[in-house]
Amino acid sequence: MARVSADGCGKVKIIILGAGQVGASVAENLVSEANDITLVDTSPEFLEVLRDRLEVRTVCGNGASPLILEEAGAGDADLLIAVTQSDQTNLCACRVAKSLFNLPTRIARLRSGDFVEYPELLNDENFAVGFSICPEQIVTDHIKRLISFPEALQVLEFAGGVLSLIGVRAFEGGPLIGHPLKAMRYHMPNVEVRIAAIYRNGEPIIPRGDTVIVPGDEVFCLAASVHIRQVMRELRRSDQPMRRIMIAGGGNIGFRLARSIEHDYNVKLLEVNKRRSEYLATQLDRALVLRGDSTDEKLLENEGIDETDLFVALTNNEEDNIMSASLAKRMGARRTLALINRKSYVDLVQGGPIDIAISPAQISIGTLLAHVRRGDVVAVHSLRRGAAEALEIVAHGNEKESKVVGKSIDQIQLPRGASIGAIVRVEKRSDGRVVRHEVIMPHHDTVIQSDDHVIVFCTHKRLVRQVEKLFQVGFTFL
Amino acid sequence: MRSYYPVLNALGLIVMIFGLLMGFPIGISYYVQDGAHIAFDNAVLFTLTAGLATWLLTRGKRRDLRVPDGFLLVAASWIVLPIFGALPLMGYLPELTFTYAYFEAVSGLTATGATMLSGLDDLPLSINLWRTFMHWIGGMGVIVLVVAILPLLGIGGRQLFKAEVPTPMKEQSLTPRITETAKGLWITYILLTVACGFSLWFAGMDGWDALIHAFTVAGLGGFSSKDASIGHFNSVPVEIVVIVFALLAGLNYATHYLALMRRSPRPYFRDPEIPFFFGVLLLSTALLTAYLFYLNAHTDLGSTLRYVAFHVVSISTSLGLSTYDYTLWPMFAQLWILFLGSFIACSGSTGGGIKMMRAIILYKQVYREIVRSLHPHAVHPVRLGGQPVSNQILHAVLGFSFMYMVSIVSLTLVLSASGLDVVTAFSAVVACINNTGPGLGAVGPASNYAALNDFQAWTLSFTMILGRLEIFTLLVVLTPVFWRR
Repeated sequence: MARVSADGCGKVKIIILGAGQVGASVAENLVSEANDITLVDTSPEFLEVLRDRLEVRTVCGNGASPLILEEAGAGDADLLIAVTQSDQTNLCACRVAKSLFNLPTRIARLRSGDFVEYPELLNDENFAVGFSICPEQIVTDHIKRLISFPEALQVLEFAGGVLSLIGVRAFEGGPLIGHPLKAMRYHMPNVEVRIAAIYRNGEPIIPRGDTVIVPGDEVFCLAASVHIRQVMRELRRSDQPMRRIMIAGGGNIGFRLARSIEHDYNVKLLEVNKRRSEYLATQLDRALVLRGDSTDEKLLENEGIDETDLFVALTNNEEDNIMSASLAKRMGARRTLALINRKSYVDLVQGGPIDIAISPAQISIGTLLAHVRRGDVVAVHSLRRGAAEALEIVAHGNEKESKVVGKSIDQIQLPRGASIGAIVRVEKRSDGRVVRHEVIMPHHDTVIQSDDHVIVFCTHKRLVRQVEKLFQVGFTFL
Repeated sequence: MRSYYPVLNALGLIVMIFGLLMGFPIGISYYVQDGAHIAFDNAVLFTLTAGLATWLLTRGKRRDLRVPDGFLLVAASWIVLPIFGALPLMGYLPELTFTYAYFEAVSGLTATGATMLSGLDDLPLSINLWRTFMHWIGGMGVIVLVVAILPLLGIGGRQLFKAEVPTPMKEQSLTPRITETAKGLWITYILLTVACGFSLWFAGMDGWDALIHAFTVAGLGGFSSKDASIGHFNSVPVEIVVIVFALLAGLNYATHYLALMRRSPRPYFRDPEIPFFFGVLLLSTALLTAYLFYLNAHTDLGSTLRYVAFHVVSISTSLGLSTYDYTLWPMFAQLWILFLGSFIACSGSTGGGIKMMRAIILYKQVYREIVRSLHPHAVHPVRLGGQPVSNQILHAVLGFSFMYMVSIVSLTLVLSASGLDVVTAFSAVVACINNTGPGLGAVGPASNYAALNDFQAWTLSFTMILGRLEIFTLLVVLTPVFWRR
């Protein structure tokens, strides 16, 4: 388990290799948490843009080279995050950082699935990777969840999938629309739901028992994963299940997505590059690979865009994604989804021609950030483009050492703007194997036990650190 | 002017090896004193002398074989060797004309199993053994054997190998050295034959019959030492053993070889032909059993299944042994099993026809055309076992299949013109080009090919060699382009 060994008051020194999309968003997220960040990349243009925008130091060069790492301050750094495009560079950098600088925590981005199949390759004797992430896979999984819940804007999972958080746009016709929230209890007596947040016209409103949901509201609710469909039915009529899916862009994410859903759905994959499309066609069994531009109206029409249930635009170019998804929507695609990184674009198009905008950086770095932050944070997810955060933290220790264990909810001194959404209680056998998970929707008198997974909502990012501190155990523990 | 002496030289060598192989039936003949050894003595003497003379006379002109030489050598070997193979038969049966003896030897070496002889039960053991031993040698291939034991053919070895081994994937080889590949295939082949022989023996055949039929089954030939073929034994265990080993011999020997080398069944699961091979056979057996049972062709369901299963496997893998005169079945059932024979056997097996692999590629190509007409932008490569099939191979397969059809149609026309009825002419051509053996009508399993005149016998001899060499090897040599320059 990677954990930064900082003393709690001093700054954490972090080296980030790769200033691409992933590297930049990691830097952006960590800068605001008062860390000392050095960015390394081979492209001076990328570095220049980021240096102007963020308070970071930049070093230009190959991140796997010992000299460059030394220049970046590997000697006294606490954390190395290698997120370049190249697996080889990332692996090599981790090994060098461990051997030459004994850098304590090393995180690598590995795009190829091969390495993950041989975990022994990543241990301290070999590549010395403490933790590896594959952003493409995380984004693919995210899109897959959205496909299986076609009505949802966002689906997030906690505690290994036991608990889910969904964002739904409320529509006319849902049984709960026009009723106060407390009516939910009468509608679904056996289901415990917690409304985490409501956004009306883009502004958050604090959900209370007498808040009335109106059509157009974005409602985020927390429930056990088994109840998700039932909850969703309350907020909108359920849609026809997805059958025909068209994916534009056969890059890394498009290919992974097509391969993982081609047996369950009727998939068409558009790719403009000749050689890439031939490669895709040899790798996919059932998906139909089409060579052509995703903004080609004629092609979309011939391939029956008007009968398509979902159009997913996943090319590298976000403008193209917006254009092709808008075109698809206008030509009759039932639902459109586009990969968009820029926040300003997301606000511009989401809810308009594009039903769901996916920000790969936002989605994929949550897992990474969880490993960077101190404490037992398992996951950090951003709700609605980072306007709020959902944290999953494991409570440790006993009543004496911890500020949360053994206390009831109203005894815990949470900072203003933070609230506890749910608790997942893990029952373990004596040998440590997990027997079952219990989802608890806490009331003011619910008492937190050791090993509970606690889901905390923060309305602002700066609250995250305070919440983490609260959960930290005194030094006598461990 | 290209010199053909190097080819003659290699041919002499191959003839000599063939003469040495005749030593096997001679030894048996002397051992059991069946009275046929005089016929063999002369044949061996003549073969060895002819081979040695050719080899010695052209020794000075030896050089590595080139690509065209390879085609010429393989084609020439397959035309010349049956002449020597016919000698013992003519020696023992003086009334047998050269045309018929040559036909019998071609049928032996190409592992076809179409016979001119009757009264097989009364033939001496060594003659029957020689007939099926030719199946066995020809099944895996004389040239492959020569490549395996004599690396001196040099660089031409790979070319020769490619010209003889029946597979569309000519560039695949199991080992870096072609000699090792040829050796591996022969060793696998020998092991399978030994296993088949012992199984037949345990199933109730006597030792010699087991040996003779092991050769026939492993080479997917079709000669038997009995007029009534396997029906003579009237034994379910024997039929089951024959079915099992015919199925094994109908698979790619390269797959058997890999499985043996790695001591794992994994290669069988990765062979893309196997699911189709067993799928089509199972489906055919089930449907024909239902059909014939419905028509009351046999007394009960059990015996219907018994006859259908045996003949579906035997005829479609191009083995050609029989237990029953299936020409008594309705024509539909007869045609079905005959057609199966044109594609069921896997590439690299001892069976005939266009091979399962080409059939799969053709099917996928047709599917691709359909997808293409519905989705003009679709990228849809033909894949086999997860790998894309190159356009070069695709074109070769299409060309081959076209030539296969053309050959069947034109040879059927030739035979009809010579006076045969259409069913006999057509089924004889199909049975010969697929190296199956028994056809329908006058050449069905209950009769033989002795009713043919000389012209028809020569035509069918040509057809069998054409089928065994997968058309192109022979066709290349027969085109004017080959001889020009």
